[in-house]
Amino acid sequence: MEQQLLSGNEAIARGAYEAGVQVCAAYPGTPSTEILENTALYKDDIYSEWAPNEKVATEVAYGAAVAGARSLCAMKMVGLNVAADPFFTAAYMGVKGGYIVVTADDPSMHSSQNEQDNRYYARAAKVACIEPADSQECKDFVKYACEISEKFDMPVLFRTTTRISHSKSLVTFGEREEHEITPYARDIKKYVCAPANAYQNHPKVERNLAELEKYGCDCPLNKVEMNGTKIGVISASVAYQYAKEAFPEDTSFLKLGLTWPLPMDLIRDFASKVERLYVIEELEPFMEDAIKAAGIDCIGKELTGKMYELNPQLISERVLGIQPETKEVSVKAVSRPPALCPGCPHRGFFYTLSKDKNNVVTGDIGCYTLGMAPPLSCMDTCVDMGAGFTVGMGMSKAFDIAGDDSKQIFGVMGDSTFFHSGMTGAAEIIYNKGKVIPVILDNRITGMTGHQENPGSGYTLMGEEGVRLMPEKIMEAYGYKPFVVDPQDLDAMAKTVEEAKACEEPACIITRRPCVLLKRAPKPTQKCVVNTDTCKGCKKCLGVGCPAVAFHDGKAEIDPTQCIGCTVCAQVCPFKAIETQEL
Amino acid sequence: MSNVKSILISGVGGQGAILISRLLTGGLIKAGYDVKQSEVHGMAQRGGSVTTQVRWGDKVYGPVFGKGQADIMIALEQMEAVRYADFLKPDGVAVINDYKRDSMTTASGLEEYPEGCVEAMQEKFETIVVDADGIARELGNAKCMNVVLFGAICDKLGEDGIDWEEIVKETVPAKALELNIKAFHAGRAAAGME
Repeated sequence: MEQQLLSGNEAIARGAYEAGVQVCAAYPGTPSTEILENTALYKDDIYSEWAPNEKVATEVAYGAAVAGARSLCAMKMVGLNVAADPFFTAAYMGVKGGYIVVTADDPSMHSSQNEQDNRYYARAAKVACIEPADSQECKDFVKYACEISEKFDMPVLFRTTTRISHSKSLVTFGEREEHEITPYARDIKKYVCAPANAYQNHPKVERNLAELEKYGCDCPLNKVEMNGTKIGVISASVAYQYAKEAFPEDTSFLKLGLTWPLPMDLIRDFASKVERLYVIEELEPFMEDAIKAAGIDCIGKELTGKMYELNPQLISERVLGIQPETKEVSVKAVSRPPALCPGCPHRGFFYTLSKDKNNVVTGDIGCYTLGMAPPLSCMDTCVDMGAGFTVGMGMSKAFDIAGDDSKQIFGVMGDSTFFHSGMTGAAEIIYNKGKVIPVILDNRITGMTGHQENPGSGYTLMGEEGVRLMPEKIMEAYGYKPFVVDPQDLDAMAKTVEEAKACEEPACIITRRPCVLLKRAPKPTQKCVVNTDTCKGCKKCLGVGCPAVAFHDGKAEIDPTQCIGCTVCAQVCPFKAIETQEL
Repeated sequence: MSNVKSILISGVGGQGAILISRLLTGGLIKAGYDVKQSEVHGMAQRGGSVTTQVRWGDKVYGPVFGKGQADIMIALEQMEAVRYADFLKPDGVAVINDYKRDSMTTASGLEEYPEGCVEAMQEKFETIVVDADGIARELGNAKCMNVVLFGAICDKLGEDGIDWEEIVKETVPAKALELNIKAFHAGRAAAGME
């Protein structure tokens, strides 16, 4: 059979294909994004879509499962916070076709705002949690997840971490097994979550979970590897790989793929066969606490720690006391934080707002969160998707109560975030009379996650032409007066901000320019160069925070390999010392 | 685990570390090894410091490794070599692109770009310094810097049975084939292998 080097995300998509999954939905979010990008490659067999947010994706996939299809939705871990509502209730109602909710957690927060451990969602919602430990398992476990979902009548939480989703390992392929959608029949008691029905459904949930725990004690997802009786390790996910590498060869393992409900009889039996038991897991003591609560003695978090990623060396050091052999070099690197790209349309907007210290900017999740970074440093808050508008709303009410009318609040989010969860906030501000100017940074794409289509981009995930929702039309329908501006034109940007502030009606701003990395965007036709004769070394251009602009030997310098000729630096130069050169 | 080897590729987001890891994994899989590779996406990619890790052997467990575990480091930028120096084994080998890229903090004068990164690495490790950036420019396209660097390191992989030139041919897009083959040989020449 064919073997390929696949990321965990690619393998999950392959697994969905082989398991006969028919409907997939997601909102992009690192480290989960590539799952749907890859299910979309099987377009003859799988319907795939970018939903406006994770709640929608979870509901779309659930609806497909209710109608009998096998379905999958995928999200980063904070996406499940958005989708928690349907997730919990779907757990009571159950499914017809297999229903998988993929959560990609991000220990060490490579690209995330917190380090939440979503295994607790499986426990809280009373559903199965499946954790693959490499790409082969990512693929194979999708099929088991479908079967468990159907057999035990519940959603399955399929949990990866960054190192499962974004690590590549070899995968042996199989064939697709078609899943037949049997004719649909209405089932009110099961699928209408009225209180009386929910009351009846709860005992079924408890029964199914108890049955699933029995299944977990003897199933292909959970494996005992007896190599000795001195040390036993219970582990799952990528932590299993690290532990396999770090512990001595005569260590026995109970490797769990089904981590909720925990197969406590199997665990108790394994524990009885070894002298010392370790539980090795990343983040929270999810398994350890439950194992200890069952009266089984084990060692875990007091050694491994509950913050950040593990790796084989860290387990050697923390658990086995083996220090790494390293050499220290005499030079220390300074920080290299991520920054808005050269030519990023968000730069002109943040530069303009940064000029007035009375501007309060309640930001949001996306590339533009980098507006917080020095030298722009132009953001007060960033909480979650959609909070750019609504946290600003709360601040405006607090400023009112404090009698502080010196501040102007700008609630800021991108176009994809606006469609995700900004529209309710926009309704909130105009309904409850907030003194907030909503700003939509419209770059016509979902940027940070690597260019996924959205309801404003004009295309679907399957590559079809679609609607092109325009934020200004939506805002106008709410009752806002929209000001649309090219943020790269600094004079126009500044004028628009003043007009919006002075506007007597509720005003909003839409900055419109496509992401500079967008394949559909026009190619750059010019570059900026510093005229060293006229450059006075005033460093004003450094204030725009462009990675292509630096300062050496008393003069500004523009890296020609990075510059794309947006001219924002040239517009701020008081000596007109930055010139453009045609390409 | 005894025969597992590990490579750390470090650089600045967007410099082309991914192609190097594709060349490495392509050759190593062909040679019959178990191979794992790990990278990060998203926020970290926007001009920040990034690493990619590649491991191979009869059986590889961890897709990532920690301090003191890398046999080879490929640094696409000088400061990104010293940042991860403690990931190298004491007898590990570093190949460094003789190229500096300001970070936002050094470009805007908030911090000084450190002097002597290459010398600091040479002092402690077997270090191959290649002006991969300059060589790539001379070849007409700064982007093939990564393949120059790959050419410079491939003899240090200890995988003489792998025809790396063939792997380059199979991996790069057809329209960039000639350029990349030149870049590969220029890298080997720069490291004294041709």
